[in-house]
Amino acid sequence: MQDLIETASQTAGPYVHIGCTPNVAGIAMYGGDLGAVMRTGPVQGEEITIIGAVHDGMGAVLKDALVEIWQADAAGLFNTPHERRGKADPNFTGFGRSAGDMQSGEFTFHTVKPGRVPWPDGRLQAPHASLWIVARGINIGLQTRLYFEDEAEANAQDPILSRIEHRGRAQTLIARRTAPGLYRFDIHLQGPQETLFLDI
Amino acid sequence: MTQAPPRQGGFIARNRAAHPAALHPPYKTSILRSPRAALLAFPSSLSEETGPVFGQGLLGPLDADMITNFAAPGESAIGPRIIVHGRVLDETGRGVPGALVEVWQANAGGRYRHAKEGYLAPLDPNFGGCGRCLTDAEGFYEFRSIMPGPYPWPNGGNDWRPAHIHFSLFGPSFAQRLITQMYFEGDPLIPLCPILGGVTDPAALSRLIATLDMKATIPMDSRAFRFDMVLRGRRQSVFENRKEGL
Ligand SMILES: [Fe+2]
Repeated sequence: MQDLIETASQTAGPYVHIGCTPNVAGIAMYGGDLGAVMRTGPVQGEEITIIGAVHDGMGAVLKDALVEIWQADAAGLFNTPHERRGKADPNFTGFGRSAGDMQSGEFTFHTVKPGRVPWPDGRLQAPHASLWIVARGINIGLQTRLYFEDEAEANAQDPILSRIEHRGRAQTLIARRTAPGLYRFDIHLQGPQETLFLDI
Repeated sequence: MTQAPPRQGGFIARNRAAHPAALHPPYKTSILRSPRAALLAFPSSLSEETGPVFGQGLLGPLDADMITNFAAPGESAIGPRIIVHGRVLDETGRGVPGALVEVWQANAGGRYRHAKEGYLAPLDPNFGGCGRCLTDAEGFYEFRSIMPGPYPWPNGGNDWRPAHIHFSLFGPSFAQRLITQMYFEGDPLIPLCPILGGVTDPAALSRLIATLDMKATIPMDSRAFRFDMVLRGRRQSVFENRKEGL
């Protein structure tokens, strides 16, 4: 029974970094920023780096965004006590938070290539990461997913990717492999390349 | 760590009518930063039903005390002293334990400690402007701060933000991620605010306004304000189209 209604979202505003990455904002707090390190020791699987930027409707890069990532480890397990299928890699948190570079606006995640995670009906999803984007001017946090260009076979069977009617829009969820272990993922808030955002 | 929760179904679809629309032209920055295509709706999977879980080990002893967590030893932030407390629940009415609550705000003069902040009100050397805490086993949280000041901002010719505290919330699932703002009962700037104007449902708007809580007020020390928040909830039925153990 749905008894209560979710609290209304409000924009993260221009100073979200004070609250979520205070050390990036020049406020020495908490002994470091949450989500700054995803690999806390030697990890299983392939170490990768994801770099990207968030673009507005005129193509300008946002310099006040906050991007969060949540993903499975190399074996497809999540590092949370609620994981029932096994024990995730203890040296990989699965969670990252990036304020973006103050000059270029680019966000960076030093992570691992995720394994495959089951869909509710038991089919396997393609390797992916969940992303959440907030910034000044974004009234409710935007959810999307990042898939990998070099997982074409898995992507073709993925329950979400395979159900997107417009192939061009599906392409907005695919990170490009620009070098071994390096992926590029640009998020477009509007325009012909507008990223497919999810209501999930 | 914690016991696995009872088996739950997928997430209840988000009630978007309770939220501001992505495009709310009176808030000018939303014009170029709002997606125009429809969102793609999907049932939640493990990717959204899980999320990072943070423990008490994350927190320092002063994290929830914005009066002293940036202050020099023996000093404290300037401004009316307040306690902000409440409960984090999910849509099914259950308290959310272990939720990470991160807060940030302007100082008593309405000034943020930030390189891009241009307001002429002075910084308070003893106020950083951020704090955090975890909800307890029943979902209750509490932190201490000073009353933030209202401040002007470049939007229309003469727009002022009502006094507010920014909140970031982590429930146990990434699908529950939420950022919001808390306002103060009786602030005459509330009905004038172009950002708050995006919340068109009066009931949703009233739930963003903290109320003076005299019972929790500490005599001769701090006033208290109560602010409850609701995160997305999951269906309770086990009769779902999903395999055992997922
Ligand atoms: Fe603010």
